[in-house]
Amino acid sequence: MALRTYAILYLIFLYAPIVLLPIFAFNDGTIIAFPLQGFTTQWFEELWTTTALHDAVGNSIFIAVLTAIFSTLLGMLTARAGAMANFPGKGGIIGFIMLPLVLPEIIVAVSLLVMLRQVLDMDLSNWTVIAAHTLMSTPFSVAILNGAFQSLDPAMEEAAMDLGENRWSAFRLVILPLVMPGIISSMLIAFTISLDEFIIAFFLTGANPTMPVYIWGLLRFPAKLPVVMALGTILVTLSIVLLSMAEYFRRRGLRRAGVEDPGGFI
Amino acid sequence: MAGGLFSTERGRTVALVTPPFIYALLLLALPLGAIILFSFWQKDGYDVVPTFTLENYRAFLDGEVYQVLLGRSLKVSAIVTVITVILAYPIAYFISFRVPNNRKSLWLFLITIPFWTSYLVRVFLWKVILGYNGVINSGLLQIGLIDEPLTFILYSVNSVIITLAHAFAPFAILPIFVALEKIDRSLLEAAQDLGENRVTTFLRVTLPLSMPGLMAAILIVFIPTIGDYVTPELMGGSGGKLIANMIQTQFLQLNNAPLGAALAIIAMLCVTLISLLLIFLNRRWLRV
Amino acid sequence: MTADDRSALIELRAVHKWYGDYHALRGIDLKIRSGEFFSLLGPSGCGKTTLLRTIAGFEPISDGVMYLDGRNVAGVAPNHRPTNMVFQSYAIFPHLSVAENVGFGLRRDKRSKEEKARAVGEALEMVGLAGYGARPSHALSGGQRQRVALARALILKPKVLLLDEPLSALDKKMREQMQVELMKLQREVGITFILVTHDQEEALVMSDRIAVMFEGEIGQLGDPESLYRRPNSARVAEFIGMMNFLPGSVSGTTVEMPGLGRAEVAAEQLTSGSFTGPARIGIRPETLSLLFDGEPDRGRVAPGMVDEVVYYGDMTYYDVRLDGVPEPVRISMKNLIGRPVLDVGTPCRVTWDEQALVVLPAA
Repeated sequence: MALRTYAILYLIFLYAPIVLLPIFAFNDGTIIAFPLQGFTTQWFEELWTTTALHDAVGNSIFIAVLTAIFSTLLGMLTARAGAMANFPGKGGIIGFIMLPLVLPEIIVAVSLLVMLRQVLDMDLSNWTVIAAHTLMSTPFSVAILNGAFQSLDPAMEEAAMDLGENRWSAFRLVILPLVMPGIISSMLIAFTISLDEFIIAFFLTGANPTMPVYIWGLLRFPAKLPVVMALGTILVTLSIVLLSMAEYFRRRGLRRAGVEDPGGFI
Repeated sequence: MAGGLFSTERGRTVALVTPPFIYALLLLALPLGAIILFSFWQKDGYDVVPTFTLENYRAFLDGEVYQVLLGRSLKVSAIVTVITVILAYPIAYFISFRVPNNRKSLWLFLITIPFWTSYLVRVFLWKVILGYNGVINSGLLQIGLIDEPLTFILYSVNSVIITLAHAFAPFAILPIFVALEKIDRSLLEAAQDLGENRVTTFLRVTLPLSMPGLMAAILIVFIPTIGDYVTPELMGGSGGKLIANMIQTQFLQLNNAPLGAALAIIAMLCVTLISLLLIFLNRRWLRV
Repeated sequence: MTADDRSALIELRAVHKWYGDYHALRGIDLKIRSGEFFSLLGPSGCGKTTLLRTIAGFEPISDGVMYLDGRNVAGVAPNHRPTNMVFQSYAIFPHLSVAENVGFGLRRDKRSKEEKARAVGEALEMVGLAGYGARPSHALSGGQRQRVALARALILKPKVLLLDEPLSALDKKMREQMQVELMKLQREVGITFILVTHDQEEALVMSDRIAVMFEGEIGQLGDPESLYRRPNSARVAEFIGMMNFLPGSVSGTTVEMPGLGRAEVAAEQLTSGSFTGPARIGIRPETLSLLFDGEPDRGRVAPGMVDEVVYYGDMTYYDVRLDGVPEPVRISMKNLIGRPVLDVGTPCRVTWDEQALVVLPAA
């Protein structure tokens, strides 16, 4: 059928660049072009011995972990409020929290740069990147956690309170376990976003570059490109693993809440 | 009865939403305010003096290069949006209407995976595909369709468009898919029962009902593409640079933050106005 | 205090509930006795669920007083009230097993683990789910979920069990079975049950007393038979079963009905109080009767013609046009042996019972 053929062609278009990654990562030649030169693992070995890269990866992981925690906390508050009683202006407030989703990233980057450097005269550091990444990934956390909180029967909390729990213990004993898969999935997504974000990090990074900023530097040196391919291969593998886990937890969460849902992450 | 913020559900909702709202105010509203202020200040050597001036905006009006870059940016964003959305609609339709329910997640998952893999690396790989010795050129040479490598596909606006259309694909598919999923399938049967064929049913029922998703897709692709400087930097060559590159250059290389701020604000205003205009023109479809 | 007051377990005085501009409860006065099976019956939006939720403590009341077991419960949270609830959705915690669900409320109980486990076992046995404790709760059927919800609430030995449309999610057969089981269970444990339902049949079958609610007010309160036989308004009469209304007039206890003639009624048949003048005379379809050959006519006969026939198997419903009566009246007849089913247009004779009349003032 025509539509199905088109869909498969589209998937090929989507995956075309990614399929090339491992091919050149194991290609024994410094030029990233065809024809291929033979098999090697030397680019992966070079990754292993580049200490500057290790520092960048360490920074990025630090930033990504804290971003995941902060944006999931903010996302939980927003998603929970979204599933509760309305008050005048609630839609506007939640819309404002979701705004970074549709703002051009460079606007966010330069306005934060102006405020931090020129207005507050702060030094750029990993923390400035964390603050910006938390802002950017909170809307994604909200979107994921919305599903978890909205599919929750409000009678669950009431039943717990009816059976002798107070509001906090009802949350801890009933709501938290039920939305936990959503929380894990939100943390994984926020972690992945932060780990990969370049445009803002390039503006706000301090003396220690994050991994994408470091890769950006490598892209200018043709001799280093195969190493970037090797690194990219590892990152793609890691992303797929993390995303599969996130999807697994998201679906398990919906199953727990007794919902069949065909939707994706957003 | 005791008042107190936490005694009503409404009070608790306000209390919950306050911390994320304050965070967004501090890190979004305040910086946006700062950058607006900044665009009216003067640059003096390496410093910025808080003296009100319209100089930065005058520089935009006088500087043809800025206008060309902004015009090109808007044009590229518009083309990318149109291409991305047109390519995405059939996919969203296919997943919503043709794929069995238990396989939909898998398809959406397959579509989102490339989006989550390192953006820089993905952009670079398009360079490998479209380049002088790239996949396409060597492939076409090999089968003898061309005698020498095609050059118009790399380092031009074309390559920027292809790369961006790839990068934003899932952003376009998901909102359309969600809108299509919401359509009550019996409406389509009703339309056919009332004498429409498949094509007219699509045009008179499915398409109008999916307009909110279509508009969301258009905006969610159009707005962020204006702010991307990575793709034009790597793929655009000298003729493919966009306004975001200029903003980045003003801030990080020329150290002229006020001018960069003014350019950023002008770019954002243009995007906002165009978006609002689009929403206004399509308002009758969006009340579903 | 009268004896009746002393046994009131729940007392509401002039209770109001506002949601913004919406007046959900409009001055509810109500006493519910200890050990009673009490139903709140009404169409959707009448405030019955709101009333139940104010008793449970999920919604604060806007005005008035509420006593539970002799204590004013203003500001008392649900977890500190002697009530437990069976939710419409059952709210079975999907991340816990059946036994963990049933034992959920025992967390703060000081009893030993073994004693708690025994209590859970007994509660499950009481609702007919002995041996189900280890099962994951998401694998239960609708009827089983309801039993778990019952066991979970009853294990805490509440003074009042609140049931919010507990049978509405079940199919007809299961519903009828659970009605009987709930009545048995209530007699066994002796706890006051308050049931919210929109199903009049369910309320009639199960309750000791019923409050019929309309638009935030109690329309009538009484035992099932008095509600059915002596409704005090047309809307109660029409919400509970079916009733024909004939135009007529009343003077003292003498009723005049065009087409049917004159009848003497008892004072209690003027259910909304005595009056003189134009009246609506209510008569249930089963208290009218077609006269077949050889059946006694009780001295009251009106001629008419069959206008419509609806055949139900065990019953036949006839709409009959009576001479001198503007609208056809509905008559339900049991299809006893030897009784034919009449065709539309057949002339017929109708008799009725004056003790079954309900006399209300004309609108």
